[in-house]
Amino acid sequence: MLKYALLRLLGAIPTLLLVIVLAFLMVHAAPGGPFDDERVLSAEIEANIAAAYHLDEPLHRQFYRYFAGLLQGDLGPSYRYRDHTVSELIGTAFPISLKLGTMAMLLAVVFGVAAGSFAALRRNTLPDRSVMAFAMTGISIPVFVIAPVLVLLLAVKLQWLPAGWSGNEGAARFLLPVIALALPQVAYIARLTRASMIDVLASDFVRTARAQGLGTTAIVRYHALKPAMLPVLSYMGPAIAAILTGSVVVEEIFGIPGLGQFFVRAALNRDYTLVLGIVIFYATLVILLNLVVDILYGAIDPRIRQR
Amino acid sequence: MTTLFNIWRRMRENRAVMVSGGILIGIVIVAIVGPLISPHDYLQTNFDNLLQRPGTAGFHLFGTDDLGRDLFVRSMLGVQITIVVAVVASVVSLVIGVMYGAVAGYVGGRVDAIMMRFVDTLYALPFIFFVILLMVAFERNFLLIFVAIGAINWLDMARIVRGQTLSLREREFVDAARLTGVSTAAIIMRHIAPNLLGVVIVYVTLTIPQAILVESFLSFLGLGIQEPQTSLGALVDAGVNQMEGASWMLLIPAGLLATILLCFNFFGDAMRDVFDSRSER
Amino acid sequence: MKTFRLAGALAASIVLLGALLFACSDPARDEAVESVLQRGLTSDPESLDPHEMRSVQAANLLRDIGEGLLSYSATGELVAGAAAEWTISEDGLTYTFHLREDARWSNGQPVTAGHFAFSLRRLVDPATAAFYAQMLGDIVNAQDIIAGDSPPADLGVEAVDDRTLVITLVRPTPYLLSLLTYPSTFPVHPDAVAEHGDAFTRAGNLLSNGAYKLDAWEPGSVLELSRNEHYWNNAATAIDEVRYHVLTQEMTQLNRFRAGELHITGSVPPDNFAQIREEHPEELHIAPYLGVYYYGFNLTKPPFKGNPELREALSMAVDRDVLVNRITGRGEEPAYSWVPPGVDNYEPRRFIYAEQSQDERNAHARLLLREAGYGPEKPLQIELRYNTSDTEKKIALAVQSMWRDVLGVETTLVNEEFQVLLANMRDREVTQVFRSSWIGDYNDAHTFLSIMEGGNPSNMPGYKNDQYDALMQQAAEQVDPKSRRYHLEEAERVLLADHPVIPLYFYVSKHLVSPDIIGWGDNVLDYHYSQHLSLAPTAATP
Repeated sequence: MLKYALLRLLGAIPTLLLVIVLAFLMVHAAPGGPFDDERVLSAEIEANIAAAYHLDEPLHRQFYRYFAGLLQGDLGPSYRYRDHTVSELIGTAFPISLKLGTMAMLLAVVFGVAAGSFAALRRNTLPDRSVMAFAMTGISIPVFVIAPVLVLLLAVKLQWLPAGWSGNEGAARFLLPVIALALPQVAYIARLTRASMIDVLASDFVRTARAQGLGTTAIVRYHALKPAMLPVLSYMGPAIAAILTGSVVVEEIFGIPGLGQFFVRAALNRDYTLVLGIVIFYATLVILLNLVVDILYGAIDPRIRQR
Repeated sequence: MTTLFNIWRRMRENRAVMVSGGILIGIVIVAIVGPLISPHDYLQTNFDNLLQRPGTAGFHLFGTDDLGRDLFVRSMLGVQITIVVAVVASVVSLVIGVMYGAVAGYVGGRVDAIMMRFVDTLYALPFIFFVILLMVAFERNFLLIFVAIGAINWLDMARIVRGQTLSLREREFVDAARLTGVSTAAIIMRHIAPNLLGVVIVYVTLTIPQAILVESFLSFLGLGIQEPQTSLGALVDAGVNQMEGASWMLLIPAGLLATILLCFNFFGDAMRDVFDSRSER
Repeated sequence: MKTFRLAGALAASIVLLGALLFACSDPARDEAVESVLQRGLTSDPESLDPHEMRSVQAANLLRDIGEGLLSYSATGELVAGAAAEWTISEDGLTYTFHLREDARWSNGQPVTAGHFAFSLRRLVDPATAAFYAQMLGDIVNAQDIIAGDSPPADLGVEAVDDRTLVITLVRPTPYLLSLLTYPSTFPVHPDAVAEHGDAFTRAGNLLSNGAYKLDAWEPGSVLELSRNEHYWNNAATAIDEVRYHVLTQEMTQLNRFRAGELHITGSVPPDNFAQIREEHPEELHIAPYLGVYYYGFNLTKPPFKGNPELREALSMAVDRDVLVNRITGRGEEPAYSWVPPGVDNYEPRRFIYAEQSQDERNAHARLLLREAGYGPEKPLQIELRYNTSDTEKKIALAVQSMWRDVLGVETTLVNEEFQVLLANMRDREVTQVFRSSWIGDYNDAHTFLSIMEGGNPSNMPGYKNDQYDALMQQAAEQVDPKSRRYHLEEAERVLLADHPVIPLYFYVSKHLVSPDIIGWGDNVLDYHYSQHLSLAPTAATP
């Protein structure tokens, strides 16, 4: 197992290199520079600024400079947030995104699995259909519609929850964003669980167990749940990606200073170093998470390891 | 021929397929015919008639938007474009995915290992970030949206097709073809690809709603289609800002978007049943 | 056994979720005794180093934590700042400032003339690479220093003693006093810069000489300021703490205002504006602002090169009343001149057609277009570029339809992301008509007119008229304000006749201000120092 994990980690290095080079070329290919403005600077000042940030060097020199810094763990200074370094910005933004994402993920898994199993056990009854109809609707409405509607309803009209992020302390400010972020995933996981649970319940070993007189609860808990979770587990990778995407929107709408919001801002502002920093950070994260999911998968389903 | 006929028969027997398919076809027909019948066109502004409520007045069935443009015609245009974008993007991902997966699965061995390793590599790229970068860096155009969405979706397709091909490869008719000296390319084109039909159809119907969501996400970021053209995502995005004063600007396109997504999801699910029942027997 | 683990994992994740939620709740702060002002800010300041900053947002923040030689009152009048008084020589070239005795940094040390001299030199030093270095361009030797030809020490700024600063100019610059209220000219403490280097603007390191000091800065979220006890006018400062919440979406600011979480919004969303006006008639503050929203022509390429009639036709066909009343609808002023009204000591010239009705203008525009050689058989096809944003999009669509309906012009819209549009405007290769804007840096017509001088880097259309440049040059040499004003107004007249741009409307500042706020004053510069505000005694902190 350890060898497998190490091999996978080694295999990730070319991926990361590819990510770095691609992202570097793309940000630099984008027209306009980080310091352009309608208030165009005079040639002398522009030259002074370019020199201060080494933007006057040829591109390959800039890449070497960046890469050399990277190898020492230095992601460079941000061009847009001139008082901060990229590492600092990621350091403050990531914990927020992480909290948000983890909570949304937990919420999605807990409610999704529960709702899916519930529906599977009452297959083709009214409760099943209503749960599934809800799930379908959840998948079918974009986050950027759900989020402002929730804010308007719960924060502005009813004033039950805070509308924004900064200045509101405590758990309440996480509630709306987490719900908005989790809702589509709840729906998706519920559908997955239901489908695989129905398959499992129809399988031989469950029928055997039933024949032995085990109750439904016991069957689900001891026999069906684990195999039924496998598709959910393999969905974790895409789910993480979906939550990353969703968090860009949710962070934007709720004004949450997470990584997604910083990335969009940085891309628009040509904050070269910040864009690169976030891309590299995220790529590393996704690689590690996928590794974890694979290992988990192997732990639950020994067949994978034998392959 | 008989296979296709069989599929069609099973589809007819499946109520979910017929209902969701019927609604989709209905929406598409209205979206094509509606603008032709309507006295309005999609870009005519009317500054004296901003934000008119839906109704029969002036034949603005869905009301007007914040520039006085007819929302019915615009919604229908949005439906057209959204579906075209989603379908074409899905087909793009399908073509790339099927070819890639079929080759990897059929050739197998080291080639397969390398090709799949590459797919794994791409999986780790934070794609949405690259899409944003792409859209930021280059002039907006249709093609780019297809490429962006297609690029996200072909990986899954490649994996699924590879799996199917691996099992198909061992079947008798493939062996027979190989023994009679048919080239690898011809086998893939003639024998493997057609037999992937079931998986592919199901998968495409499930990819389309994802593509629609990606398009609407790009519209939310202002990186979508160029006005005065529009898509459902762009209309919804505009509607969100008018949510309180002119709720119809949100509700109508959002309703259409949700209905279309729902139908595609139901249709895809039900098609899976159709093909499953075929393979069982 | 394994099955237990799975069920256990589910239960554990629920507990974890709860724990996470709990862990996120910080103990509520004790704010009961202090008055806290909550303000909305539309983006993070890029830097709190006065010499690195460039955005309106950063400038607003710096006005709370720093102070220049001069400052503005709540109603927008020029008043004494760190300098108590000043004298100007007869020829308008030498300014002598006398600093107040009690001007203090937030660590209690006095603010000296030497600090100002150090800071102004730092602003023009090429090593600083300041965006606003050009602001001091009229001071002796400034241009040479910026170009790297002279050392910063040569700048025409001298600290005669601790409390006397002399600035020498190469030409009379009547707006120098208003420049000296601008945060680029604020002082930094030389010791702080020497000690902390780049990190001197961090909370804890930053020494401020304004009414507030920086306590914390969470990028993308909030900046927290608290009272600077050593500020010379501390006794007059009412509010103890100020929080600037970074909220890029105007809608979010509105929602937070309505939820009672903000006292002052940084802006107001364009959509639903009528409804906002109805809901918050008292809280809504709209005031003229020194900024012009315009469409520029690329004058270096056909069809607009050497074709003023064509440009005039397009300019006339835009119904600005419809634009400001129906499309933007936030009380903007239709623009028939280049310099906005409300600029000190100046009366903007207007287009000749400004007095006509829109129908007359349309008829005239059609005539001009035909003379330029376009008509139904040869329709004009142009491309209009704008940056990606909802407001820009709506205006572009409206103008597109006006040109189509009035002139039969076929306009293709191209939206580009802001940096891309900027690059294209500067290249003048692919652009035809483009959207841009200009916000005045100081209250003087010069800030608007100077960018249209030939060769000015911000001259996006590529406009060049020798008569215009000559008038601007003459204006710069005038000591007498009346004569200077005459030359500037004449220059604008020349500019308008050439139609290098279509001014569409003049900006307004837009804020929602809670009724609990006392001392809010609308002004053309849209400066609202927190130190001038106070909270109604009954008001609970939101």
